[in-house]
Amino acid sequence: MERIPILRMGQFLLVTIQVDMHDRLALTLQEDLTSRITEHGSRGVLIDISSLEIVDSFIGRMLANIASIARVLDADTVVVGMQPAVAITLVELGLSLPGVRTALNVEKGVALLNAAVASSGAMLEVDDADGED
Amino acid sequence: MPATPSRRLPRVLDERFDEILAAWTKEQTNGAKPGTASEGDIRARCSELLSAMRKALASSGADDVQGPAWAPVRDVLQRVSFIRAQQGFTPSETATFVLSLKRPLFEALRASAGNDAEALATDVWGATEVLDRLALFTAEVYMKTREELIARQSQDMLELSTPVVKLWEGVLALPMIGTLDSSRTQVVMESLLQRIVETGADVAILDITGVPTVDTLTAQHLIKTVTAARLMGAECIISGIRPQIAQTIVHLGVDLGDIVTKATLADAFKLALSRTGTTLVRSRNGANPTGSLTTTPR
Repeated sequence: MERIPILRMGQFLLVTIQVDMHDRLALTLQEDLTSRITEHGSRGVLIDISSLEIVDSFIGRMLANIASIARVLDADTVVVGMQPAVAITLVELGLSLPGVRTALNVEKGVALLNAAVASSGAMLEVDDADGED
Repeated sequence: MPATPSRRLPRVLDERFDEILAAWTKEQTNGAKPGTASEGDIRARCSELLSAMRKALASSGADDVQGPAWAPVRDVLQRVSFIRAQQGFTPSETATFVLSLKRPLFEALRASAGNDAEALATDVWGATEVLDRLALFTAEVYMKTREELIARQSQDMLELSTPVVKLWEGVLALPMIGTLDSSRTQVVMESLLQRIVETGADVAILDITGVPTVDTLTAQHLIKTVTAARLMGAECIISGIRPQIAQTIVHLGVDLGDIVTKATLADAFKLALSRTGTTLVRSRNGANPTGSLTTTPR
């Protein structure tokens, strides 16, 4: 079955969405992500949508859902790499993704999550050797 | 069988071509604004139109001014009208080019009809109909030319009035000037988001000092721009809100939400610098009033 890979980067999780989302895929991602957050005790989730050219209200709602679920599990969600055209479309659709943090790219997203983690507790370095699994 | 007007008109034009042309040219040179066109120029254009009309009348009659037979006539009129619109003639002056043909033409018709009053009336009516249609066509072309001119100018303005400038590493500014309507907001939004991607900016300052009025629609557009920038991971600061505009915003009940607003661009810039981890320190040395900047890593 088709799955969206979830990469672990230290205390954060990285999800790169590169295919068209549909209901089942979104639900699978939600389930996978939830179990991974609890499994690793992750503090943050990065969702990279830089390769998405088209975003509809469904994906918008899915992103908001994931953010809320992660919030319950004490992890911050950052959506990174949104294309300008996608941003305009979402605004025109009236989806401003409240409660979802955003960053221009993964680097800035990690910095944002680090800052958030640091402000809530002890700063933890992202260990590269720990890397992706 | 008496000749119908549509047949007599071309005959009169044929027979008295030079006479009509001379009278028409004279009519126009008398009424023309000094220094706009030479007599030879006017004469050339009149002669061109008159011969085109003669051909069109002979081949298809007066009824079908929009038809293919009249295409050369319309072509001449289009050119005349286009040139006049660009030279700044008024619409009535442009239409007069055609309408001033009435007097010479009617005189020629009267001379040819002799004592037959009924025939003259029919002829005059036929000629009037043709000329009026041509004059309307001229006016239409004139308006179209002007509209194109206006559309082009507003397009130019749109492009000129929405620059995105880089104030500092990671700080962009958008000095907005003029009314914010939907199409301008679209352009502003697109250029801002594009620049955010290019420069990797964290903060964008929307300066609305040059926006004359802010109503609910304008505020809506501002909020949209801010939201779109936020989705791209950049924070927006709105600056340059004048006292009256601040009052209007509150009276209209516009909710700017958690958008940061500052009174002046300077304040907004200061905030933007602190957000990007830069602090501005005034130099101790009084002789050197310019501040020095230190960047602290975040």
